[in-house]
Amino acid sequence: MVSAASVVTGTLPENPLVEGLERLPVRPTSLVVFGATGDLAHRKLLPALYNLAHDGALPERFELIAVARRDQAHEDFRAVARESIERFSRRRPDPDTLEGLLADMRYVQGTFDDDHVYAELDRTLREFDEQAGHPLNRVFYLSTAPAFFPVIAGKLGDAGLNRADDAEVRIVIEKPFGYDLASARQLNIDLLEEFDESQIFRIDHYLGKETVQNLMALRFANALFEPVWNRNYIDHVQITAAEDIGIGGRAGYYEGAGALRDLVQNHMLQLLALLAMEPPTAFEANRLRDEKLKVLEAIVPPTIQDVATMTVRAQYAPGVVGGVRVPGYREEEGVAPDSRTETFAALRLHVSNWRWAGVPFYLRTGKQLARKVTEIAVILKPVPHMTFQSSGSVGVQANQIVLTVQPDEGVSVSIGAKIPGPRMRIRPVNMEFRYGTAFLSESPEAYERLILDAMRGDATLFTRNDEIEALWGIIDPILTAWREDTTSVIPQYPAGTAGPAEADALLDDGRKWRRL
Amino acid sequence: MSEDIWAARDTNPDAIEAALRGLLHDRHAANEGLAPARVLNLVVVVDREWKGEIANRLDRVGRYHASRTVLCAVEAGRGTLDAVATVTYEEPASGIGVIREQVVIDMGPEHLPVLQTVVDPVLVSELPTLMWSPHGHEEAVAALLPIIDVMLLDSDGLLEPAQAFGRAHELLEYVYVVDLAWLRTTPWRERLAASFDLPARRCTLDQIVALEIRHQANSTASGLLLTGWLASRLQWDREPLQSRNGAGLRGAGRREDGQVAIGLHPTNQDAPGLVGVTVSCSDGFALSLDRARGGLCAQERSPDGRAQTWKILGASRGEGGILGEGVRQALLRDPTYRPALDAARELCPQ
Repeated sequence: MVSAASVVTGTLPENPLVEGLERLPVRPTSLVVFGATGDLAHRKLLPALYNLAHDGALPERFELIAVARRDQAHEDFRAVARESIERFSRRRPDPDTLEGLLADMRYVQGTFDDDHVYAELDRTLREFDEQAGHPLNRVFYLSTAPAFFPVIAGKLGDAGLNRADDAEVRIVIEKPFGYDLASARQLNIDLLEEFDESQIFRIDHYLGKETVQNLMALRFANALFEPVWNRNYIDHVQITAAEDIGIGGRAGYYEGAGALRDLVQNHMLQLLALLAMEPPTAFEANRLRDEKLKVLEAIVPPTIQDVATMTVRAQYAPGVVGGVRVPGYREEEGVAPDSRTETFAALRLHVSNWRWAGVPFYLRTGKQLARKVTEIAVILKPVPHMTFQSSGSVGVQANQIVLTVQPDEGVSVSIGAKIPGPRMRIRPVNMEFRYGTAFLSESPEAYERLILDAMRGDATLFTRNDEIEALWGIIDPILTAWREDTTSVIPQYPAGTAGPAEADALLDDGRKWRRL
Repeated sequence: MSEDIWAARDTNPDAIEAALRGLLHDRHAANEGLAPARVLNLVVVVDREWKGEIANRLDRVGRYHASRTVLCAVEAGRGTLDAVATVTYEEPASGIGVIREQVVIDMGPEHLPVLQTVVDPVLVSELPTLMWSPHGHEEAVAALLPIIDVMLLDSDGLLEPAQAFGRAHELLEYVYVVDLAWLRTTPWRERLAASFDLPARRCTLDQIVALEIRHQANSTASGLLLTGWLASRLQWDREPLQSRNGAGLRGAGRREDGQVAIGLHPTNQDAPGLVGVTVSCSDGFALSLDRARGGLCAQERSPDGRAQTWKILGASRGEGGILGEGVRQALLRDPTYRPALDAARELCPQ
């Protein structure tokens, strides 16, 4: 008889009990959340942790330590956490499960540069290890302003908390990863002084969205699309991330960021990379990220001279959104009246490789636009010969494959079809796949998936240091050109519209932006 | 939720299908944001007097509703088909809203041998079809086997485990089987897999000397399936357990270099399923998992005799949730069920 448990991978036998399970084991973990009283923790992290607990997906031993500046007792933090979960959880909390999650939460008060905080963390983490009888894995989640990333990483290193005997230690950081190429490189250097790259998990929550992952399924699980996924059949690609809201109360952040840093440098270029990459040999973290990196490195950054013809920036002016009059960007509270921060950005990029040579990738994002939508539209070339020329119809149009990331997650393929009647008249119709109608399951929140992956040590959906630098390498010349141009007029678009007319000029050869 | 209804007496499948198409067409015309769910057909065959109870159970499955449900209610003496077709929807404030369809067909026993001709025209042809026949109706099952993809059954309950497992085994020759008794073991399997995933513990999988399972009195099948799962995954040799006159089952499995004492103990509990499980290893390590409010209570004894207790979080799914999970599982394939079932059959008392 051959024992399944004696099958050895490396030095550790495989776990034969795992096969067939939907939920893979997660090692016992202590999760430390820095900035636990902040907005992200309040709206996303704590509700995500509750939902993982509800589903029985947390590790068999799970300890949560919250770190923040506010002076409060453990009980006070638990009350805040309960309120967050009850308000923002995607499902109504089960009282017993919620109580169980809250019961052992610890709160450590202090500023992030305070040695006392790290001494207290060390003491508490050791206490948890002793209770368990073995060292728990440790995940440090930095839900803080980016300025604190190097501070906290450094202090964790000084306190010896960046390593543990017989346990994994990981650090999770949230975008933005720097504000330009130089600062991103410096952040990587700072983090890598204390942690190995394999310990660092950089969250871009877009990558945790089901539709974004479905982009890979669409491309690599269907023979239908891959044969046309190249310059021979694809005319151009449009990636849109439109918001129908303004900056809200985030003027302080947004004035320093702008649309390019806020969405293009990370989410939108990640979507481009997933859309354009070669098939990885395995769905494994480094192989996937290697392929994304190749795409990013194949994008030739615009020279400073090219920026004027390859990019458009604009700001929203007063207008009407959803029937309500809204102020222009420069009239928003906290925004300088002469602000040059862009609330709209559009780019034309090219991926210089055999697959994509000559195919323009158009990216646009903006605030206070006509509609909230995030989508990738792949527009195919028209058929080579128009057999069905006919008056009285829209006529034959190029096929489009559209992946909607939000609000209605799904995929649609437009095809030409005959209009019923005596004449051969054609118009485009859509074949639609919508998550809501095609699956029984409700999509988990992106943060649930990503927190679990970080605890499991699966970095597939996280961004690697070289990716970050490649992303900034594309954006940096644009930022520089825009910063140095202090005189040209920033185009204005009325709030509630599709953006500035100047963006149309980016599209050449008769191409048009898709209607929002 | 809103609904549109069509009903007819002494009708036929073509008329029912046309009515469904009409209801969908009218609703979509009234609101283009409404689209029919296209996931799964569910065919349920029930005794007519229990139709309401089954409909209630299906209502409680949470979000895991089939997109088109065909409920066949069998009534002795009936020779005609009466049908009610309902489309249910929630008008979306924006975006896409989903329409679900349900057809209830009252029929007689004489329809069962030819049930395929009644049901097939009413199904959405490109979708997988799941069948559930909680009151038996073997004729109906036999008639529909050629057109269904998945059979939903519950090895816990009325039948003796050996009979229930035999039935599941037989059905597996034709279709994929989703067994609610197996799904009741899912959290226990996940937790045992996680508990033995730690490097230090993984090595002790070869050293298990005792397995004790506590289960609700009517859930012996769940207990046997969990035992069968461990036996098949860890490649224990199996032989029939001995019945202890209502006090459970006892016996042994054989691993590579030793024996595993196996005990199944009926325990008081309202909800069907397992109550607890204890795994003991030759080095003195033992782990018990027992149902508790808001999750499982874990008790561990380490080889040096140190004992500790803690809670593993997880909300109970309830029987409605288990049935919903059964519907969802129809779209998945679990490669470990069949080996576990085969092992459980070998463990059944003779």
